[in-house]
Amino acid sequence: MQEILILKIVVRFVIPFIQVYGFYVITAGHLSPGGGFAGGTIVAASMVLYALTFDAHQGLEKLSHERASIFESLGAIWYVGLGFLGVLVGGNFLTNGQIGIPLGTPGQLISGGLIPLLSFGIGIKVAVTVVSLYYSLVEED
Amino acid sequence: MAILDILILSILVLCALAAVRTRDLLGAVIIYAAYSLLMAIIWLQLGAPDVAITEAALGAGVTTILMIATISKTGRYE
Repeated sequence: MQEILILKIVVRFVIPFIQVYGFYVITAGHLSPGGGFAGGTIVAASMVLYALTFDAHQGLEKLSHERASIFESLGAIWYVGLGFLGVLVGGNFLTNGQIGIPLGTPGQLISGGLIPLLSFGIGIKVAVTVVSLYYSLVEED
Repeated sequence: MAILDILILSILVLCALAAVRTRDLLGAVIIYAAYSLLMAIIWLQLGAPDVAITEAALGAGVTTILMIATISKTGRYE
């Protein structure tokens, strides 16, 4: 079982780098290629890598189906709630500038108003959805 | 860069044919992952880096994992 030991140590070393890159793609989504969907799939790939290398049960302990459904719903509610802020102020759904959020200077990390917050919600939802898709596929019943 | 483009496109066609023709389903999935990676390079060449990132993360990563999970539940050879 020497190969499995090497695999586990390498995966333990690599997973934080994949997750940092995924969160970078999410947070810089309004400046560079990427965004919520691509970054969410990268974060999900790191979690699926953990479940592939170790056990699927060990992965399920980290992110059970109940917790996954909570995170998924929070992502969707975050997006729709931020969208309805514009309706509360009197503008359109997902209005950006009118709700008084600071728009920042273009090209900086803090810019674009609502867009980074929205892509953060998309990233959480996509990551948790892909991981729970994998778990529900490999689970024995 | 024309030589590189021709090389990548011909390997892409070879990968697509091999993924359809092979009888070993696990091999077909791995060839399909290579196809997705080459496709990501082509998207980058065509000036669509956003699509390239999504293709590399989804096509080569998540689709391969889901197909391998399906093969582990069913059979490896058709």
